[in-house]
Amino acid sequence: MYSYTQEQLDSIKKVEATRQERLSNLHRRMTAEEKDEVLKNYHPDYIESAYETLKVGPNKGEKVLHELANLLQGNTRLDPAKIDLSKIDYDVDVLVIGGGGAGSSAAITAHANGANVMIVTKLRIGDANSMMAEGGIQAADKPNDSPAQHYLDAFGGGHFAAKPCLLEKLVKEAPDAIRWLSDLGVMFDKTADGEMVTTHGGGTSRKRMHACKDYSGAEIMRTLRDEVINRNIPVVDFTAAIEIIKDENGNAAGAVLQNMETGEILIARAKTVIIATGGAGRIHYQGFPTSNHYGATADGLVLAYRAGAKLLYADTLQYHPTGAAEPTQIYGALVTEKVRSLGAQLVNKNGEPFVYSLETRDVTASTIIRECKGRSNGVKTTDGEGVWLDTPMIEIIGGEGTIEKRIPAMMRMFGKYGIDIRKEPILIYPTLHYQNGGIDIDADGQTTLVKNLYVAGEAVGGIHGRNRLMGNSLLDIIVFGRNAGKFASQKCKEVTVGALTLSHVDNFKEELKEAGVDTGVLSPQLLPNYRRGDL
Amino acid sequence: MEKMVNVYFFGKKYQVPESLTIMKAMEYAGYQLIRGCGCRNGFCGACATLYRIHGKTELKTCLACQQQVEEGMYVATLPFFPLVKQVYDIQKVKPTEQIMMQLYPEIYSCIGCNACTKACPQSLKTMQYIAYAQRGEYEKCAEESFDCIMCGLCSSRCPAGISHPQVAILARRLYGKYIAPDCKHLIDRVTEINEGKHDESMADIMNKSLEEQKALYNTRDIEK
Repeated sequence: MYSYTQEQLDSIKKVEATRQERLSNLHRRMTAEEKDEVLKNYHPDYIESAYETLKVGPNKGEKVLHELANLLQGNTRLDPAKIDLSKIDYDVDVLVIGGGGAGSSAAITAHANGANVMIVTKLRIGDANSMMAEGGIQAADKPNDSPAQHYLDAFGGGHFAAKPCLLEKLVKEAPDAIRWLSDLGVMFDKTADGEMVTTHGGGTSRKRMHACKDYSGAEIMRTLRDEVINRNIPVVDFTAAIEIIKDENGNAAGAVLQNMETGEILIARAKTVIIATGGAGRIHYQGFPTSNHYGATADGLVLAYRAGAKLLYADTLQYHPTGAAEPTQIYGALVTEKVRSLGAQLVNKNGEPFVYSLETRDVTASTIIRECKGRSNGVKTTDGEGVWLDTPMIEIIGGEGTIEKRIPAMMRMFGKYGIDIRKEPILIYPTLHYQNGGIDIDADGQTTLVKNLYVAGEAVGGIHGRNRLMGNSLLDIIVFGRNAGKFASQKCKEVTVGALTLSHVDNFKEELKEAGVDTGVLSPQLLPNYRRGDL
Repeated sequence: MEKMVNVYFFGKKYQVPESLTIMKAMEYAGYQLIRGCGCRNGFCGACATLYRIHGKTELKTCLACQQQVEEGMYVATLPFFPLVKQVYDIQKVKPTEQIMMQLYPEIYSCIGCNACTKACPQSLKTMQYIAYAQRGEYEKCAEESFDCIMCGLCSSRCPAGISHPQVAILARRLYGKYIAPDCKHLIDRVTEINEGKHDESMADIMNKSLEEQKALYNTRDIEK
């Protein structure tokens, strides 16, 4: 059970004192100039000191966050003395690295195409951000909607930066992705006559958010996992890929694997390789908490980069404005945007509102950070600081019972720790939610610079541009997972793998040396370290 | 100074802050978790855990990422539990009572002890959904089991050897594929796209200049 600290209790009194006035007196919306200013000064993407210029590799000269630079320019985990590329442990057509929604979709599709496919994953199959997506999955399948309308929403929402050929694929293949999942037995919310129950998401102009109650990602992921097992697709779990192997022609041809528990090194040779390793929230960029899965450590970006693949928009991340800041047990967990839609306002430690509740995600997140870091108006929490989300307003505005009816999951999440969000406000702070950028691919899912290397899911860059709309990531793991599976299994029919080599790893090491870079970091990171600091 | 409590991980005593979850307390104690840690948010079922409070007889179940530590807590994590998962071809099975009898006959050995229900960290009516599965009532089984995270705690307590989560996912897939009503507007849209009926409108919007695209975006009508 959590009890608010005395300081927090004192602050709650101030929140209660201004509640009545705030009910009728909404905070005004910001002007375009004010938004630009707060973004420029407080959005984590705009903090220049958080970034550095890459000194080696395909994106040399471009800026990325320090944490990512350290990993991209980190030292290989390979011990050359222990590697024998002539001893092949796994020999397959298609090697899928990552067992989330994208990797599983890719494997199922490649298998259906007749390929000999294998999944390798550092945790278990299904341990992925896919499993945690609550909100839903977009697809323009209603009569008043169209793929073109979906394209417009996503293109604008991503600040017109999406790679058109990727976004085109995303929206055009969305309805078929839903059909494919339904055919596998995914239980979408439907009316009695079969019509999909769809709602709006932030930035959508049509109601095209499909859902499976508030377990959308879990329902999709567990179904895909079941299908992978039914097809007897080998899943090598608790085994991480630590380097891509290439052949003498410079094409991707497998991966060096390492057992997470025993440390044993294994060699996988493949005609085509699919990277589906997901996001990076557990890197905790700029010290942010995250809504992400334990294994989200940007491994795929590191593997691909060292193998010579280029990244796109690796500098941009999505910070969801309202992650739980207290109690510590759920620090960083997502508090859905719906809480604000229903009337809860953001308030600082003095009970003062500081932003209109439904500004865009990046602007709202920035104002919260400004309140805490720039104006010292944050409330001290176990893990740092936060501001109030005044949830009792929902019951006043919508009537008693609104919270239980409309956001029962949120009520349960806090109720578990003795916080009744109907009566007490909750503390929130922005949480690291999504890796907007990733590895640069073409429409066939293949990386732009390394042949026979494919990418799917959150590890891809450019599908969404510089910001992603809710419901488009569950969609992209399916569309681009299937896409990579399809093209990688087609391609492997014409591939003859040459002699295996890791010379690119040696060359990268040389480049680091020449550039005078020594981060002292081993990468890929594989797991975060949450052990107590003094150990 | 934060209040500390004594907990026992696999029988070994550690002092940890009382505010921590079992998972964070293990990390505080110095464990680098590999197994038994997944989404850390209660969705993935990786961190099934058993515990008993010193001096009490009741054996409790929980998710390590969701459960706060208590004084005198003896903790054994259950990072893997051998569930029986039968393979089947979803395109060939049919939603009949027989399919459960064929694949999971052990469900008919349920003795009604309800230990599964008591063990469920999601508070599902586990024994009830198994009863629905026995009778081939897949829609009810699917609904009742929907929040299952497949952690396996139910099965770890079952004297009949039932793999409840696997029974439940079969029921949900049968329901989702065969019993839930077909979606006509979805099939129509997929057909239209396959026939190229949206190619022109897509090309039209993609070929516009950036300025025109911005104008379109900023003035688009939004469904109420």
